[in-house]
Amino acid sequence: MVLLLLSFVILLVSAALSLCFRRSPARASAAGVYGAVAASVAGLVSAGRILLSGGTETLSLPWPVPLGSLSFNLDPLAAFFLVPVFLLTAFAAIYGSDYLKSYAGKKPLALAWAAFNLLTAAMVLVITSANAVLFMLGWELMAAASFLLVVFEHEKAQVRKAAFLYLVVGAAGALFLLLLFSLLSPSSPSFDFSTFRRPEGVLAAAAFLAALAGFGLKAGFIPFHVWLPEAHPAAPSHVSAVMSGVMIKLGIYGIMRMLSFLAPWPAWWGWTLVFIGAVSGLLGVLFALSQHDLKRMLAYSSIENVGIIILGLGLAVVGTSHGMYPLAALAFGGALLHVLNHALFKGLLFMGAGAVLHSTGTTELEALGGLAKKMPQTAFYFLVGSAAISGLPPFNGLVSEFLIYLGSFGALRAREASTVYAAALAIGSLSAIGALALACFSKAFGTCFLGEPRSANAAGAHEAGQAMRAAMAALAWACCFIGLASPLLVAPLAAAAGCVLDPRAASELLRYAPLPLSYLSAAAAAFLGAALAVALLRAFALRGRVPAAGPTWDCGYAAPTAKMQYGASSFAQPLTDFFQPALRAARHYAGIAGYFPGKTSFHTENKALFYDNFYTPAAAYIRRLAFRFSWLQQGRLQFYILYIVTALIALLIWKL
Amino acid sequence: MHTFAELIIVFVILLDLALAVTGSLATCIRIAALQGVVAGLLPLLAGGHIETRTFLFAFAIIFLKGVVFPWLLLRARDRSGAGKEVETLISYPVSILLCIGAFIASSWLGSRLPLPTANVAWIVPASLATIFTGFLLITTRTKAITQVLGYLVIENGIYIFGLALFVEQPMMVELAILLDVFVAVFVMGIAIFHISREFDHIDTAELSELNDWRRPEDVK
Repeated sequence: MVLLLLSFVILLVSAALSLCFRRSPARASAAGVYGAVAASVAGLVSAGRILLSGGTETLSLPWPVPLGSLSFNLDPLAAFFLVPVFLLTAFAAIYGSDYLKSYAGKKPLALAWAAFNLLTAAMVLVITSANAVLFMLGWELMAAASFLLVVFEHEKAQVRKAAFLYLVVGAAGALFLLLLFSLLSPSSPSFDFSTFRRPEGVLAAAAFLAALAGFGLKAGFIPFHVWLPEAHPAAPSHVSAVMSGVMIKLGIYGIMRMLSFLAPWPAWWGWTLVFIGAVSGLLGVLFALSQHDLKRMLAYSSIENVGIIILGLGLAVVGTSHGMYPLAALAFGGALLHVLNHALFKGLLFMGAGAVLHSTGTTELEALGGLAKKMPQTAFYFLVGSAAISGLPPFNGLVSEFLIYLGSFGALRAREASTVYAAALAIGSLSAIGALALACFSKAFGTCFLGEPRSANAAGAHEAGQAMRAAMAALAWACCFIGLASPLLVAPLAAAAGCVLDPRAASELLRYAPLPLSYLSAAAAAFLGAALAVALLRAFALRGRVPAAGPTWDCGYAAPTAKMQYGASSFAQPLTDFFQPALRAARHYAGIAGYFPGKTSFHTENKALFYDNFYTPAAAYIRRLAFRFSWLQQGRLQFYILYIVTALIALLIWKL
Repeated sequence: MHTFAELIIVFVILLDLALAVTGSLATCIRIAALQGVVAGLLPLLAGGHIETRTFLFAFAIIFLKGVVFPWLLLRARDRSGAGKEVETLISYPVSILLCIGAFIASSWLGSRLPLPTANVAWIVPASLATIFTGFLLITTRTKAITQVLGYLVIENGIYIFGLALFVEQPMMVELAILLDVFVAVFVMGIAIFHISREFDHIDTAELSELNDWRRPEDVK
């Protein structure tokens, strides 16, 4: 705990230092980066010790805030969430030191670094706080710091719009959390988490739904996802990596933490979660498949992965409520591990997208292509990330999904029909999600890095800077490590699962997971060995010879152009056509006529379905409702004072 | 001596009613000043032994409220060209009815509030009534200068309320409040002067055009 406190202090001090050095961007960046890395090292040691020992550390300091207490709790669940937070923020900071260099002098880098470290500090505060008031403080600080980072390029109208949306969604989420804590307060003696008790009957269900909405607005599963595809592309790439990789996971953390206060869980909670998870997984990946912008596509893919996590969590709740402890343990372990995994590969992919953006100035897929030749290392790391996120061996994405599959297949033999249905739904949707994710990332990697450049920007690309490559390499290795060494993670996962699940359920993880995971690791190692052997064989066969290189896109045409390649949307078209009822993408096709057709055009436009059909009408309704009370808003000072006086007198009389 | 203090309390209430019906700005300022002065006399008349410190505080308060504030306000009135009339949003009869209603409500409130028994009758209702009168001035008069006046009257009320709980310390608190009000009057005087120079009037109703609120039909 002392080390964690130290790391927290380092973050705050380095944020302050960055601001002090605002005259010199280089020093401000150095303060930010070194602070982030030092804090991460201290924090990782602290979290790692808890995960390995399985113990819990608490700290309480005097704090004269009403209802609040400065109490922290570092249990294995908190420690498990701290690991990706510290890992990713450290690598993102290293990456950012290169990435932000080109903004020096044009943008307040000091503010960006201060906000970045403040964001990390706020995330640590959210994860470790053991009091609702302190938790809300961290939660709001997190929203404020990330908002500052999202509006980094505020001269672009789209960025301002995204930032405003993000701010509104954050405020709405905080309102739901206030509702949640007030629903919990009648049954709990104080706002300390350790004293939280489950409310009776309907109140418990209401608290669950409030938690789902409040934390869902941060986690970004459907239907609470509207801000992700806007805010993630708007932020600088290393910030997108942190936001998408770990910040939205704190919504998951919140749901898990609240579930631990609300036990025992009725089965319908689990069903709700399974359903939400399946829908946001499927729709998320479908929307991702139809995107034209690399970063926006990655944002939609985050919705998909949060869906997978929620799906696992839902299975755990269903399993616990029906006494199917192996299902609960494996699904929960899978969900938890996917939190870490997604942080690693989504961080890696956003950094890859950032490297592309940094080097070509665009993330529009139809303007890229052929980058593998210009930036081979970035391409390799992006490929690793794509394989990991599609759940391919030997990387980590497979491991977490495998745990959920393992639990679900085991549950197919359950007595209760409803558990079987839930498991079958999970298996079906998980495999569909996996296949579509594979298509999605084949498209992304293919259009971005293979073929010929589709624009002058892409043709003039250059390899990413050293710090950027180092950060990506570290994350790629981490993906590979978890893929190969997954059995090592079972004990920490079980310890973390024990903070939420029934202790009987959590121990099942130690019984059922290690053996299949060691098979999986062995298979992954064998696969990697085979790949290595093929590579060696190739090198052996080619020794002393020079392989001939030809143009990538030739196809027997006399004068091919880069435009004749498969584009991103043409690659995805067979799938998007099939899912058109769900996607409702608009097509604009001028058509061709005659034997020698003239110029024509074709483009598809993705609709933000939920935003247009649900949120915009809802916002308009709220606006109309608000205008009904516009007579209160007279614009006269006297009336406002009158309102205050009336309110004060009413309070005085009410209290008499 | 208590009889005299009680007479002053009655006088304070009468001044409240006078403030509610007076149409001349200068008279209003003078009434508020007079109220401040008689309220300032109260601690000296409350009986018992008077310390030098109490005497000094009372003197400072009487000087500020009786001389400095009216002088500042009258100067602000002249400089800003505020005119001689108190412009109201409601008629004077309604004003005085509201004032009497406030006094009745204060009597009820005074009997309900969990306060230590005051040694001067009617002191709590009178202080509450004065505070309400101050609010009345603030909320129903249009000119910015009457709002400053309203705050001064509220301050008188708070002062009397503090005396009701007479325990030496309120003098300190009172002095601090007085300092705040002094600064406020000073700042408001300057602000009013600048507003009038900028917009040729200090009618707050006209200033409402500066707000950021738009009507529904203006949006889009």
